[in-house]
Amino acid sequence: MSYLPYIVAAWICLVGIAGIATSRNLIHLAVCLTVAQSSSYVLLLSVGFVKHGRAPIFLGTKLGTPAVDPVVQALTLTDVVVSVAVIGLILALALDAHRLSGTVDPDHIADVSG
Amino acid sequence: MSRRVRMLVLGPGLLGLGALFAWAIAGLPAFGHYRGPYGYVLNRLVVPLRHTTNVVMGTNFDVRGVDTMGEEFILYAAVVGVTLLLRDESNARHVERHTRRLRNETVRLAGVAMVGGGLLVGLWLMAFGYITPGGGFQGGVVAAGAVLLLYLAGSHRDYSPFRDAHVLDPLEGVGAGGYVVVGLAALASGSAFLTNLFGRGTTGTLLSGGSIVILNWAAAIAVTCAMLLLFAEFLETYVEPLETEEAGA
Amino acid sequence: MTWIPPLLVAIPLFGAAITAGLDHVTPEPLQDAMVVAAATATTALAFLLLWRAEDHEVVHWFGGWQPRHGIALGIDFAVGPLAAGMCAVIALVVTLALVYSLTFMKEAARLFDALMLVALGAMCGFAMSGDLFNLFVWLELMGVAAYALTGFLVERLGPVQGAINFAITNSVGSYLFAIGIALLYARTGTLNLAQIGQTLARSSHAGGLVIVAMTLLLCGFLVKGAVVPFHLWAADAYAVAPAPVCAVLGGVMTDIGLIGVARMYWTVFAAIDHGHAIGDVLLWLGMVTALLAGTMAFLQRHLKRMLAYSVVCHIGVMLAGIGLLSAAGLAGTELMFLAHALLTAGLFFVAGVLHADHGVIDEFRLRGRGRGCWAPAAAWLVGTIGLVGAPFAGVFLGHDLIDEAATALGRPWVLPLLWLGTALSGAALLRAGARIFLGWGDEDDPLLGKAMEEDPLERDVLRPLLVAVSVVAVAAGVAISVVPGLGQRAEYAADRFRDRSAYVAQVLHGRPMKPPPALPVSILHASVASLLYGGGATLFVLGLALVGLYRRRLPRLVAATGERVLGPPVRVLHAVHSGVVGDYVTWVVVGTAVTGAAWALLLRGG
Repeated sequence: MSYLPYIVAAWICLVGIAGIATSRNLIHLAVCLTVAQSSSYVLLLSVGFVKHGRAPIFLGTKLGTPAVDPVVQALTLTDVVVSVAVIGLILALALDAHRLSGTVDPDHIADVSG
Repeated sequence: MSRRVRMLVLGPGLLGLGALFAWAIAGLPAFGHYRGPYGYVLNRLVVPLRHTTNVVMGTNFDVRGVDTMGEEFILYAAVVGVTLLLRDESNARHVERHTRRLRNETVRLAGVAMVGGGLLVGLWLMAFGYITPGGGFQGGVVAAGAVLLLYLAGSHRDYSPFRDAHVLDPLEGVGAGGYVVVGLAALASGSAFLTNLFGRGTTGTLLSGGSIVILNWAAAIAVTCAMLLLFAEFLETYVEPLETEEAGA
Repeated sequence: MTWIPPLLVAIPLFGAAITAGLDHVTPEPLQDAMVVAAATATTALAFLLLWRAEDHEVVHWFGGWQPRHGIALGIDFAVGPLAAGMCAVIALVVTLALVYSLTFMKEAARLFDALMLVALGAMCGFAMSGDLFNLFVWLELMGVAAYALTGFLVERLGPVQGAINFAITNSVGSYLFAIGIALLYARTGTLNLAQIGQTLARSSHAGGLVIVAMTLLLCGFLVKGAVVPFHLWAADAYAVAPAPVCAVLGGVMTDIGLIGVARMYWTVFAAIDHGHAIGDVLLWLGMVTALLAGTMAFLQRHLKRMLAYSVVCHIGVMLAGIGLLSAAGLAGTELMFLAHALLTAGLFFVAGVLHADHGVIDEFRLRGRGRGCWAPAAAWLVGTIGLVGAPFAGVFLGHDLIDEAATALGRPWVLPLLWLGTALSGAALLRAGARIFLGWGDEDDPLLGKAMEEDPLERDVLRPLLVAVSVVAVAAGVAISVVPGLGQRAEYAADRFRDRSAYVAQVLHGRPMKPPPALPVSILHASVASLLYGGGATLFVLGLALVGLYRRRLPRLVAATGERVLGPPVRVLHAVHSGVVGDYVTWVVVGTAVTGAAWALLLRGG
């Protein structure tokens, strides 16, 4: 039980990457990318968890009450914004690919290679 | 490489990566036994030093403020990038905007109520972000989402005022640039970049945290405008032609 | 002088923020001037920082959050001469690219400029940062800007595909990096590099957690740095991006991944048991990269794709220099970076000139059409010679120092293998140059595949400006080996970079370092072996280029044997570089797993 969150994070990462490598649709691929990144959120938040710890908000709470790690939460917030930015770009590229080639299958838009 | 070869190569690769993950997990401290010291130190220091009760936002906008500046610019660069990629010059469309109104009154009413509610929640998250859970980023996304509901529950015409790039672009620049200006101001006054030079204020009220307030609002403005611009770009390129097809058909 | 490091990031980012905002308000020449001014100011400040950083590490704690009792609270920029030198060259190359693009890019100019300035700020931040998560933020920022810039020419499928492959492959690498951050944070409880290094040094036995975290972190950087097998996106991206973007991507952005690797190793992982095994794996990866990329370069006919593989080849040499784990090796890598950044940028600029003149960038379609263009031809020739490393040209001093390091460690076979890789890529460039500017060689060669579709540039360019920028870049790059005093300063900078305890003392406890010794201002002495290598390389490259030009005229027996021996491997190579992103991600996964397994065995087994 005490390692379950970590195992979940690892599983999410592997599933996400498997999805990326075998995807037939760029939109699906973008979502898989987000899934793979969410594994890092799960891992970060699990790493910072303190048993019986409250949220690190001290309005009305005495200083010194056990609270979870605020740093990983701040890192996760930044991570989420990064994910939004990247998925926005990939979706825009998928739109362009569809406009130019009629397909969003990454296996079939290989214009340059070698 | 054909798909079959790819699967044959990928399978063992994923197994190997999984084995590495398992080995790493075995060495992690058990869930709930965070050892610190970084988190514990900040939980102790941020409230007395900065008078913000939301330590996460205090970390984001003060202790690790440079990370947040980078993050804001990541969003900014993404918006500029999406605008660049969807500029679609060869197909400059001058489509007639047919108004397509949602017919179902119940849905429309629910949508309008959600727009109002969403905007209020977003503003509250932004305003009180450094006191209670919330923050500029979260509030900005909620508010932008509420505005998008105008399109979903209403029509394209209702949404149009919020797509004006001439207003949103400079505002977003103000948000992102404002963050840097606050930092430069601190630098110019002889301290380190992004030092919190303003008064601490009273803990637990809106006037607390010093420059955290300004940075929080700069982030909120930047994120709201960035999300609205992103929605506008995608809607303009993709949804408009569909709408005129439906209206014309 | 601690006020300079934040400015190197703040000025470009602020410039980017107001560039897009003032788009419709100010006249265009003023906007161009502002953009170039921002980049030039950053360059000037970076050189100033370089001058000051030699005396002592310049440390800036953001927000005034100084460490307390040796625990780092805030984020710091810790700049030594190596990092400052990086920033200076990065800023210089971006400034040159912005000047070049003043007439080269006409549409969406403001968006282009904003993204270039963002990339500049991010790269400087990455070079200077002393915080693990901060490195990730700058890595992603430069990535986002680069993905969009690569897909700039959206009218064709090629750029879109290149941008997609670039974005997805690099993002997967970055997300593995983020997982590595989480793992290392769990182990050490801090994000400051100096403090992580100190914590790991206390209990130097590396368990599975540390080894896997290290694998993920370093592989994330190796994906950015286009090392085999994580390199597949590079050629696709550089083939389709506009020339000034390629100059920045290929010249500096890819190399910066390697500086990340060096920083992680020497500050964080150097003290763990059997740490030299980390370097061994990096050395082998570097050699494989140099040879593979050199071969691929020779098989290309598209100039920018060829240059892309040349970049990857030199990345391999630089990684090998880092992998030798000695001061001389790192100094060699530094000098190579300086020369390589400017020379590659210059060659990409020349390719842009050819594109502007003739509308194509294919070696065969341009055959003979460059006749009479003396300045671009000279720039191309000099640039190639500089990249090959003829005695005292370009990367020569870098190669010399790497060879010295390898011999000192009892591995004299390192440089010949690296040399072979760079010779192959150099021969490819020389062959292309001879075909284009002199009209030599066969008219077609099926070995090099079919041509790609190209669009001519539809804008009137100020050709003298383009040529001038190319010449300036190449001239600066080729002169690196003869700048008096640069070699000794590079060695001193490498020594400083590798000194973990002094770094920790300065960053966490504010204890200043010893002032530098008086460094002579003279050209570094090269060993006889290096001179022979350099001269031999040049001759070998000339010969190989001739073979490439006149391959059809080889005696039939030679040609037939060559085809039978080399044919299948070449086909496999082409099949692997398929242009399909699923394959690329597969190789990233396999590469990470294999590298991790190698380190697991070497660091545990002793």
